[in-house]
Amino acid sequence: MTKVTELFVNGRRVAVDADSETSLLTVPRDQLDLTGSKYGCGEGQCGACTVLIDGLPRRSCITKAGVAATKQITTIEGLAKDGRLHPLQQAFLEVGAMQCGYCTSGMIVTASALLKSNPDPTPQEIARFMEGNICRCGTYQRIVAAIQEAARAMREARS
Amino acid sequence: MSRGPIAQAPLEPERYELESPPRYHFEVDRREFFRIFGCGIVVACFVERVVEAQESGGGRRGFRERFPQEIAARLHIGEDGTATVYTGKVEVGQNARTALTQAVAEELRVSPGAIRMVMGDTALTPFDMGTFGSRTTPTMNPQLRKVASAARDLLIDLAAQSWGVDRAGLGVENGEVRDPATGRRIAFGALAKGQKLAKAIPAADPLSPAAEWTVMGKSLPKIDGSDFVTGKHRYALDVKLPGMLYGKMVRPSSFGATLVTADVGQAESMSGVTVVRDGDFVGVAAPSEPVAARALAAIRAEWKSVPNPSGQELFEFLKKNADPASAGERGRSHSTGSIEAGLAAADERLQATYTVAYIAHAPLEPRAAVAEWRDGKLTVWTGTQRPFGVRGELAETFRIPEEQVRVQVPDTGAAYGGKHTGEAAVEAARLARAAGRPVKVVWTREEEFTWAYFRPAGVIEVASGVRRDGTITAWEFHNYNSGAAGIGTPYDIANQRIEFHGAKSPLRQGSYRALAATANHFARESHMDELAHAVHRDPLEFRLKNLRDPRLRAVLEAAARKFGWGRTERRPGHGFGLAGGVEKGGYVATCAEVFVDRSDGQPAPAGPPEVPTGTRRSVGQVRVLRVVTAFECGAVVNPDQLRNQIEGANVMGIGGALFEAIEFENGRILNNRFSRYRVPRFSDAPAIEVVLLDRKDLPSAGAGETPIVGLAPAVGNAIFDATGVRLRSLPLAPDGMKS
Repeated sequence: MTKVTELFVNGRRVAVDADSETSLLTVPRDQLDLTGSKYGCGEGQCGACTVLIDGLPRRSCITKAGVAATKQITTIEGLAKDGRLHPLQQAFLEVGAMQCGYCTSGMIVTASALLKSNPDPTPQEIARFMEGNICRCGTYQRIVAAIQEAARAMREARS
Repeated sequence: MSRGPIAQAPLEPERYELESPPRYHFEVDRREFFRIFGCGIVVACFVERVVEAQESGGGRRGFRERFPQEIAARLHIGEDGTATVYTGKVEVGQNARTALTQAVAEELRVSPGAIRMVMGDTALTPFDMGTFGSRTTPTMNPQLRKVASAARDLLIDLAAQSWGVDRAGLGVENGEVRDPATGRRIAFGALAKGQKLAKAIPAADPLSPAAEWTVMGKSLPKIDGSDFVTGKHRYALDVKLPGMLYGKMVRPSSFGATLVTADVGQAESMSGVTVVRDGDFVGVAAPSEPVAARALAAIRAEWKSVPNPSGQELFEFLKKNADPASAGERGRSHSTGSIEAGLAAADERLQATYTVAYIAHAPLEPRAAVAEWRDGKLTVWTGTQRPFGVRGELAETFRIPEEQVRVQVPDTGAAYGGKHTGEAAVEAARLARAAGRPVKVVWTREEEFTWAYFRPAGVIEVASGVRRDGTITAWEFHNYNSGAAGIGTPYDIANQRIEFHGAKSPLRQGSYRALAATANHFARESHMDELAHAVHRDPLEFRLKNLRDPRLRAVLEAAARKFGWGRTERRPGHGFGLAGGVEKGGYVATCAEVFVDRSDGQPAPAGPPEVPTGTRRSVGQVRVLRVVTAFECGAVVNPDQLRNQIEGANVMGIGGALFEAIEFENGRILNNRFSRYRVPRFSDAPAIEVVLLDRKDLPSAGAGETPIVGLAPAVGNAIFDATGVRLRSLPLAPDGMKS
């Protein structure tokens, strides 16, 4: 079995030790102490494990470490820049778009990809894009509002 | 309003998963206080603890036991001015941490940011029976306010002594005692310096009324929220200790199966792997999660299975296996007047049977625990609603005194009543003891769907009589298996017979958000609708005609008004329904609008559906478009968090109402993963509006559970309104909508 000895995570090259067939989720969690990405189902159905791979949202629980070996991986820990929260993180706080918070990392990472490709999404577009992320506490309405709020803030910052 | 013994039963009989009563108190004497918590001032609130013995298959030793006075909550003011609160309650997403912080901030007159809250640590926090039953707001909140208020008085006394003035002229603001007459001020920390002052207060001191609140009653954002949006917060399954191993369990092939053989040789030979075989307990601990998975796969276990009831015959099984003795038990039945007379006086008589399926809590964080042994003492981090209960479980399992066990509960990734038991804690501790190193056990989603416990399934039979003028004359209501919570009726009915019948359950069952109130409200509020239609009356008007309770009337009217009940034009395929109820001191009314898509080509079934069997009928795609919930629970502690809970409860309720159901056969769960067990997603979420009735003149009640009970019947009634088809089984439309 081939080994993965190095990954690019949140802009840094880091040494790891994982079989290429291992699920990517365990590597940041268990080897890099980046526990923000969560285990929720192990079958890519809940989105709690979502990371960005070359900017695209991927369910790391069903992604093999070997596949991510040469790509840029971004976890929730990599979204804040220079101690400043990403607009999505800020918006989730302002709207109160969480209860237990367990889905929150996956929601924010997934939404960050949405806003890169669609800076002004409608609620329907948001719901469609986010459909793969489960919030069992049921805060969907607030998450949609937070994503819209972040989108607005990001458009304003650009103008 | 009829509020008989059933409605007042303090702990519901259907908390089946709690098998033994809570056992002990954690008492720390005065010297210990300051050795552990540092110099300063400690105020503790004493209560007379009323402990209800759990009924679990037959009551024992009396319904209540009185313990001597016991500490309920503790507050420590340190030399640096920090106020540290110790409470045995835990945070599971219901935002207890925030609301309790507000309670202390209100009475102590400090900013919420100056308060540190230690929750759910059996070594540090006073004993607590568990965070369930919507009890935190009505009990812990006032207890914390009392200790904070007493601490405030103590600080004023200290300042008065120090300044040689009468305490009457002094005030407290923003963490300081101030003398308006001289402008002098002294910070709490300075007053606490060098002190080893401990005071115990009875739980009877007066508190500031809700109308004067400045911190409570406000929508304080979730404490530590930034830790959650940055991924910094560590849930139990994120805890990491040096040298920690990863544990996995071999599970039985089916429920009730016993271990015949287990070939563990190959696993044992793997480097760094510890295997434990202890009776039917077979588990592995390994240096990494992938190695643990390989070790687990290398074990060949043979199980002897036992016959298990079929999921296809669930409701017949429940009725056939009802326990005849349970109907007479206290808290399980209630009668007034004469059913026979009531039926005789009726112009219309109805009978209907309703069923609810088993459903799973499916908290997004599965059960997980990290266990470490050190010098014979055990420490476990786990997400549970009952840290002291789990501590007792561990002490009993390992035959060590409870004082040698410490359970700590990190703010947890949800529970909904499903994390009262400590399975993962026991497993991690057993593996850790064998391995001589800390062990983390994280249940897989499949394990979480299979080896925890479910919300009980149930059969509810209702017989009723109503006069043409809309007066309900008779109400007979039997619940089989699912429970007695919410089994009473809030409507004014002279002749009632209400009974709960315990039954043998094919699946392990236990507490789930609102307990049986969901099932009982579904049956009752659907049946109320059926009665209303039988006498050609509007469902809202019919309810109000039979209802004097002003608080329930108020939420029904508020929800209807906001929804536009009776004023909204009906479009083809759309239907409107409403439901109301009272549970645990909270009053709820929910209106729902559904859209039923008939474009699948299936004609509407004619006539009323038969008594439900194992098969389900489909009425085409069902979508819940809009929900309005009015809610009243006394004085509101945190309006936005309360709205959040109500919105979330409605979304969760849609799952149980429309499509969630555990499917089982031959002692196996057939749909034990999210790809097969559908939970509400973004596309299922309706537009939800919440109307809060803030009764500052009434004590605050909890709200974690009650908001869910109005959803299912409102949706069922709306489906009837849209289609003329009356559905009496939850889930109502499991094959509706895209999956």
